[in-house]
Amino acid sequence: MKRDENIAAMCDPAPGEGGKTGDWRSARPVIDESKCIPCVKKKSACFLCWLYCPEGVVKTTIPVEIDLTYCKGCGICAEECPPKAISMVREDKS
Amino acid sequence: MSNVSIITGNHAAALGAKLSGVQVVAAYPITPQSQLAEMLSQFVESGELKAEYVRVEGEHSAMTVCISASTVGARVFTATSANGLLYMHEQLHWAAGSRLPVVMCCVNRGVGAPWSIFNDQQDSFSQRDTGWMQIYCRNNQEIVDTVIQAYRIAEEVYAPVMVCYDGFVLSHTMMPVDVPDAEDVKKYLPPYRPHTILSPDNPKTINSVLFPHRRENTEGVLCDGFMEMRYKLQAALERAPETIKRANSEFAAIFGRDHGGMLWEYKADDAEFVITGLGSVASEATVAADTLRDEGIKAGVIGIRVYRPFPREETIKAFSKAKHITVLEKSLSYGYEGGLCSDLKAAFYGAGINATIDNYIVGLGGRDVKAREIVDAVKSSTSATDRDVLKIKPKWLNCFTG
Repeated sequence: MKRDENIAAMCDPAPGEGGKTGDWRSARPVIDESKCIPCVKKKSACFLCWLYCPEGVVKTTIPVEIDLTYCKGCGICAEECPPKAISMVREDKS
Repeated sequence: MSNVSIITGNHAAALGAKLSGVQVVAAYPITPQSQLAEMLSQFVESGELKAEYVRVEGEHSAMTVCISASTVGARVFTATSANGLLYMHEQLHWAAGSRLPVVMCCVNRGVGAPWSIFNDQQDSFSQRDTGWMQIYCRNNQEIVDTVIQAYRIAEEVYAPVMVCYDGFVLSHTMMPVDVPDAEDVKKYLPPYRPHTILSPDNPKTINSVLFPHRRENTEGVLCDGFMEMRYKLQAALERAPETIKRANSEFAAIFGRDHGGMLWEYKADDAEFVITGLGSVASEATVAADTLRDEGIKAGVIGIRVYRPFPREETIKAFSKAKHITVLEKSLSYGYEGGLCSDLKAAFYGAGINATIDNYIVGLGGRDVKAREIVDAVKSSTSATDRDVLKIKPKWLNCFTG
């Protein structure tokens, strides 16, 4: 009998293997660049949003970017942001 | 050349794991399994067994360690009993769903409440629907031989195997055991070939959430959904009897011991009165069958060795001539009857077997089951001629009910 190579649910890790999880979101993170530390200082700093994000959708760029295709809207980044630069805006009101 | 030692069932199981060359052992001690965990720990400590013994804080973690180690390509072993097995329940599904050939001994013990440390089979029966294969042993020789066979079966089917044997009745009772030769075991049991090895060189995502529908992966390939993955597990277990029977016959060819494949028979060929059960109680029933034969009653025993996958075809053939069947069970599905009794009836439906079937619940919490009590049970079932099928209930052997 032919060997079935796919008997356990395994896949190659790639963005989107768990589906486009951005559509789970009920609120989106919006960054106020006038408060965000790396945006203000124009250098790599803080990035606690990147560190705490459980989905790995925050990029350590200047300005900081969040990949909304996969962001589930958990709000952890907004909770952890020291200068409160991230606010969660309801999708049905934006 | 034989190498007979007089050892306990737990010792036999430990030797089985050692001879199988297990690479990772993770177990948490619980009566009556404790000696087994201790012996394996000693084997590793002394260097007799080149394996890693992972000490864990409970059975849930013991199975998790086995799952993880199996995923990266190790041959793994664990063992538990009763409430420890129940604590592992979630991870049992996880091992089967991941299609990992974990082998575990369940040293059968009654499940609390109220507490009991003594033998019945409610623990492994409660795990019937986890996707694990279950093999029941009737003596210590079968324990060592079955653990070795279990790796052959698990690694071919890619599904876990539970080797069940009765607590104290076997686990703590010394019997002569012909210990298989290590070189012969190597010939019988090839090295473990994982279906997928998780490695840093080839990273994989395992068991990510699957949605109700099939899905396209990021490369646009349509992948199995949850239902397809579960169907594959069922299909594998449906095919498993072929593997189990071959593992048994090839073992018999090398070691000279045939434990029966899916089931075993004792004077069952011409038997009108067939006693059936799992494990040591079925072995005890052979003594009862002899007594009944001495009294002129054509009795025999069919012992169910493999309970999952259920030996549907084999039981239909084996029970085809039976007129009265006595099912002895050390567990039950509360509110109905013993699980083996239900499964046998289901297998017989439409197969032309119209024997009367009596279900006896026996030996719960270690209550002794004597051969003469089994004799009486068979005799009382034969005298019941006018049966009201609407009122059939399991009978409780040697139980002082009000």
